[in-house]
Amino acid sequence: MSLLELNGVKVHFPVKKGVLFDRTVGHVYAVDGVSLSVEAGQTYGLVGESGCGKTTLGRAILRLVDITDGEVVFDGTDLAKLPGEEMRRFRRRLQMVFQDPLGSLNPRQNIESILSEGMAAHGIGADQEERRERIREILARVGLPANALSRYPHEFSGGQRQRIGIARALVLEPDVIICDEPVSALDVSIQAQVINLLEELQEAMGLTYVVIAHDLAVVRHISDVVGVMYLGSLVEEAPSDTLYAEPRHPYTRALMSAVPVPDPEVEDNRERILLTGDLPSPANPPAGCRFHTRCPWKQDTLCATDRPELRDLGGGHRVACHWAEKIADGTIRPSANAATVVPPPAAEREEKETAAAS
Amino acid sequence: MSTKTDKIDRLAELTAAAETSAGAGLWVEAWRRLRASKMAVIGAVVIGVFVVVAIVGPWVAPYDPTAQLWRGEVFPNQNVFVGPRGENWLGLDHLGRDEFSRMLVGARQTLLVGVVATLLGFTVGALIGGVSGAALVLGGKVGQRIDTVVMRVIDIMLALPSLLLAVSVAAVLGQSLTTVMIAVGVVQIPVFARLLRGAMLAQGGADYVLAAQALGVRKRRIALGHVLPNSLSPVIVQGTLSLATAIIEAAALSYLGLGNPDAAVPEWGVMLAQAQRFFDSAPMLAVYPALGIIITALGFTLLGEAMREALDPKLRS
Repeated sequence: MSLLELNGVKVHFPVKKGVLFDRTVGHVYAVDGVSLSVEAGQTYGLVGESGCGKTTLGRAILRLVDITDGEVVFDGTDLAKLPGEEMRRFRRRLQMVFQDPLGSLNPRQNIESILSEGMAAHGIGADQEERRERIREILARVGLPANALSRYPHEFSGGQRQRIGIARALVLEPDVIICDEPVSALDVSIQAQVINLLEELQEAMGLTYVVIAHDLAVVRHISDVVGVMYLGSLVEEAPSDTLYAEPRHPYTRALMSAVPVPDPEVEDNRERILLTGDLPSPANPPAGCRFHTRCPWKQDTLCATDRPELRDLGGGHRVACHWAEKIADGTIRPSANAATVVPPPAAEREEKETAAAS
Repeated sequence: MSTKTDKIDRLAELTAAAETSAGAGLWVEAWRRLRASKMAVIGAVVIGVFVVVAIVGPWVAPYDPTAQLWRGEVFPNQNVFVGPRGENWLGLDHLGRDEFSRMLVGARQTLLVGVVATLLGFTVGALIGGVSGAALVLGGKVGQRIDTVVMRVIDIMLALPSLLLAVSVAAVLGQSLTTVMIAVGVVQIPVFARLLRGAMLAQGGADYVLAAQALGVRKRRIALGHVLPNSLSPVIVQGTLSLATAIIEAAALSYLGLGNPDAAVPEWGVMLAQAQRFFDSAPMLAVYPALGIIITALGFTLLGEAMREALDPKLRS
């Protein structure tokens, strides 16, 4: 059995109105029925554009937001139904690394206090001296100087702060760490360092990661399995290499086509799919397939009426599209008015350039 | 070359020093910034002088402030007043009492009212706001209910004009100095409550609160150890600024005749009220207490503003 299993997880935020007594006038369907499983020791990458619900899903796993419906089964226990105090104790085994390294550290706490707080809450370490010993160990492990203990978050650089965030999760010796955009707030050079650190730690401590990110390159590098989210649900899930080699869902194809290729020849001639329109509001999601309003391959039947379930195409490649096979073998072509952009031939482009130059 | 090696040595020294020094917390840093601010220093000096006068005033006053020692020299009905002179530095008031002594002794009453009223408003307001804010941030649905009820009551208090509220409280409790303190303090309660609750609400959504929850820290500790300390700065600033308004409001209540029933006891607001009748012939009698109130209020305002700047996390260097 998988270490972490999500079954039909839904997080709906009520939209309230009212002067004295609030009445619910609607819901924001932030996460709307996500099922996935994460194997021990693996890294599950969650990608999707802003507002697709990936952060909310990460928080729902830790019950930092209320789960409306569904199960979060961790090591055989359904976290969604645990009463408060038991859930609190379970948090030792599930930790989180946040996107904003500075914002997620209390500015009035020094590093020692930040790192020992979790241990105190879970009764780890007999006294402060023992905890300090352990903190020193972890600091060395994440590559921070030992004299960091008495300092405050604002005295560190962005990368160091993220290391503190990672150390804070690590001191509790968790099984799973949810990394919510762990590097998107960092410089590119620092990003690599932090990602490598995460990988080293995974190897050394047998950690399981759920990495939430919008950077496809980061996710590809670090993940074993990648799930693509769109408007609150998974549209595709596959082992990392498979997903990047053969994306099957139209949305994933559009996403992948946005990644630049570091080869000018290929880059100039590859297919690019530009999606038209905006992400629909999660308070009023489209009926049928959530993506049909922007899909270049949209068909007249099924798409607008039936919501596709994730189907297994073999090899752990799951996709939520009615027409995935037909799109793949070319039976279905993108519609004429859809924004599939293949760059013009080289000759034409040169003409334009000379025109622009003169 | 020697200058270059010197420079390198110096650099090494500096970096070494930086590495061994303990980190500076936010309060420590705010204190350092506060000391560097001219505004804060001027405000603190003004307040210092005021406090010293309030404490030692009764002992250093040259004359008894309530004794009408020069009764025979002042005739308000005939517009005869005595201005500043050798033995009476600020002249005599309308009953022939030494104005300078009255100013010195009056400072204590004014300070007492300001401080006690602000403390009352601060304590009760912060308590209400703190409970409400903590309930809202961490209490779930029940907490939201509690917050809604408490805040509506606070809103009603805020809706009343502050002076009217103070007058009503003073009228209900009867005329005394304690009444003035309570009345002025009650007016400040909703301000502090709203402010602290608002700050806690803002902090409650911060990532580090979420992080503490994710760590499994208990809610009470999150509220007291994380949310509250980070929400205090605006309330402390408001406290300093409130001292100024409290002094002015206390003076206003005394001026309206709701203050200390024993009019002989000097208090700046009362003195101002009494001097009003003779403003045409002896304007300086109104100017002295008015100046006292203005300068003191200014001192607190300056310090408050400087503290606001020192505590503002966005202005950190």
